Amino acid sequence: MVDAVSFIRTDEQAMLADTVSEFLAANAELDRVREASLATDAFFPEVWQGLADMGLIGLAIDEQHGGAGYGFCELAVVFEELGAMVTPVPLLSSVLASTAIDAAGTDAQKADLLPGIASGETIATLAVFEQAHDSALSTPATIATPSDLGWVLTGTKRYVTDALSANQIVVSAHSGDGVGLFVVDADADGVTVLPMRSLDATRPLGEIVLDGVPLPHEAYLGGAPNDVAIAAALDAGVVAMASEQVGGARACLAMAVDYANSRYQFGRTIGSFQAVKHMCANMLVAVEHARSVAWHAASTIDDPDESRISVPLAKSVCSDAYVKVAGDNIQVHGGVGFTWEHDAHLYFKRAKSDSLLLGSVDSHRDRLADAIGI
Amino acid sequence: MTSHTSEATRVNDALDELLAGFRPDKTDPKDFWGDQFDAGLAWVDYPLGDGGLGVSPSHRATVARRLADAGAPTWNRTANVLGIGMGSGVLVAHGTPEQRKRWLRPMFTMDEIWCQLFSEPGAGSDVAGLSTRAVKDGDEWILNGQKVWTTLAHLAKWGMVVTRTDPDQPKHRGMTYFVVDMEADGVDIRPLYQITGEAEFNEVFFDDARVPDAFRIDDVGAGWRVAMTTLMNERVAIGGSTVSRDSGTIGTAIDVWRSTGSDDNATRRELARLWGEMEALRLTTARASQNATAGVPGPEGSTGKLAWADLNKEVTSFTVAMMGLDGATIPEGYTLEATTYDTREVERVMSPQRQFLRARANSIEGGTSEIMRNILGERVLGLAGEPRVDKDLPWKDVPRG
Repeated sequence: MVDAVSFIRTDEQAMLADTVSEFLAANAELDRVREASLATDAFFPEVWQGLADMGLIGLAIDEQHGGAGYGFCELAVVFEELGAMVTPVPLLSSVLASTAIDAAGTDAQKADLLPGIASGETIATLAVFEQAHDSALSTPATIATPSDLGWVLTGTKRYVTDALSANQIVVSAHSGDGVGLFVVDADADGVTVLPMRSLDATRPLGEIVLDGVPLPHEAYLGGAPNDVAIAAALDAGVVAMASEQVGGARACLAMAVDYANSRYQFGRTIGSFQAVKHMCANMLVAVEHARSVAWHAASTIDDPDESRISVPLAKSVCSDAYVKVAGDNIQVHGGVGFTWEHDAHLYFKRAKSDSLLLGSVDSHRDRLADAIGI
Repeated sequence: MTSHTSEATRVNDALDELLAGFRPDKTDPKDFWGDQFDAGLAWVDYPLGDGGLGVSPSHRATVARRLADAGAPTWNRTANVLGIGMGSGVLVAHGTPEQRKRWLRPMFTMDEIWCQLFSEPGAGSDVAGLSTRAVKDGDEWILNGQKVWTTLAHLAKWGMVVTRTDPDQPKHRGMTYFVVDMEADGVDIRPLYQITGEAEFNEVFFDDARVPDAFRIDDVGAGWRVAMTTLMNERVAIGGSTVSRDSGTIGTAIDVWRSTGSDDNATRRELARLWGEMEALRLTTARASQNATAGVPGPEGSTGKLAWADLNKEVTSFTVAMMGLDGATIPEGYTLEATTYDTREVERVMSPQRQFLRARANSIEGGTSEIMRNILGERVLGLAGEPRVDKDLPWKDVPRG
């Protein structure tokens, strides 16, 4: 019920936020993030391990499968803090993959695959996109041909998040009967993972070339319709990302206000000038709106009726908000905001990249239009 | 038993008694409101005898809910909003016992309507720059000047007015607050016609109007302090009731879209985007309300008015655009007429074209968007204020125009 959502964080959720933000402040400083953004495979393994030690990687995976059995609101709290620090860890990819497995796997497959993901030992990602536009997710060009031992996969998946650090990839391919999801080991025969030069290097993208990759029967997630599972996985990703976008926008607002209050020109702080002040005020409104829809989406992801609205709503509002706020943050900083040495560009690139991943904002608005019946 | 629980019991017991004799089809609203006032349930947090029980304001919600459930009349709060919503708080905080005794009950029963006279042609955003003069003459004050954008003036018996009593003081120190009899000699009320053709507001001219000193609220020179109380109460009165999804101007936008029978996807997508922004605002209002009730108000409680104004202009403009050439007509036409506020809450349905015109005022009335951004920037984000050229000068030396 949309009007029954509680927007007030529990004490536990508030403590979780503090724990994660303190951990990241000590272990994932922005200087290191900036340095890592010169690479094509940015990944902080010790931060990943730290999150694993805190049980946060499997936070929303059920306890039966080695997770902590929490809901998406707790995950939202963690993603907001990760977004505020643009931390290069593959948690989003993990959520995409684990949701797909949970939605499409048999009980045996879930029991086999999810615990490794929950513990952080398996770094998993989802590979369903191939083209830059018009991703026909139910008719990928990658094909799965039946063989004696199972399947043979051929094709190329692109724009795969964290492809270079993943050791397990959930790949969509077209079999005779429609789209299927197949679990592929990154080091399997015939698999080549190539880096793409990401606009946002803190979220490395890769290309996965599958050249006659042999897979056993059990590699196919045979528990439930795979096209539905793909949609569920992407929805989970959109919702997790929405909170990440809120965290990033929040950090940009804080950065802008801090600068506006300390940078002097014409004998007074630049924030005392209305043009700058008003830009910051507009940024505040955008952040607060994004926060509301992101939390609403996390709170309603399990409600099939409401999530038809709340998921694309979150994508639409949070993407616009983060892109705008990250851009305005650069503007408030003037010339120094345009330098590599400053942190602003990390967020700006993350914001734009986020708006393009997991389905375009336009496609989500079309979904939203359908859901509200216009 | 905590004091909150024992207060709740007192409130509910009083409500039980009040509602025991209430018949939705028979009881006269004015009689009911009189009984409600006498039972201390008009503003439950006000002192005993002033229409309250002296309990925590958190119990107001209980009263509202139980009255609504019983079908009791509550439209006095809307029809006499300036008095009941704002003036009552001023009288309780700054008025004498005699003033409260004279004015609070007939305000609540709607026997006397109230208006608020702050803005002037020369004092809008800078209301502290106002110039309406009040000069002492024996035990009366003589008022001269002009007020503008005065809602309900033509129906009001009483008006809350802020005047300039000492032009030699810096602006914030030379003002005095009065309650003025709107029917007195020298008080001239004229409708102020707006771009929609109607007059929701008035101009009020004071021409040697006499106000007894007994109608002065608080000390001479304390006018700004009392005005601040009034404006704070305004925010409480207006703030925080969450509307339902698809209501208001976004609902109209959807209706218009459907009526065009168009399948243009660019338009559909833009409508979905605007719906999403409205929904984000709606959810933020709900979040602000929850946080305020829980005692943890945050910045989300201050952004609503600003966000609403700009978004509503955008939505209504988009709606007219969707209408194509029909958007270049206005079915109601233009008639210069004063808005008649019925004694009941009136659902005024405007054509999309009229909504579009009326929306221009959203970013101006009740605090312009520019001022709202200053407030957000300075009070919420902690950015520095601009250098001021007016604050310390004698009011009479501040440039005006």
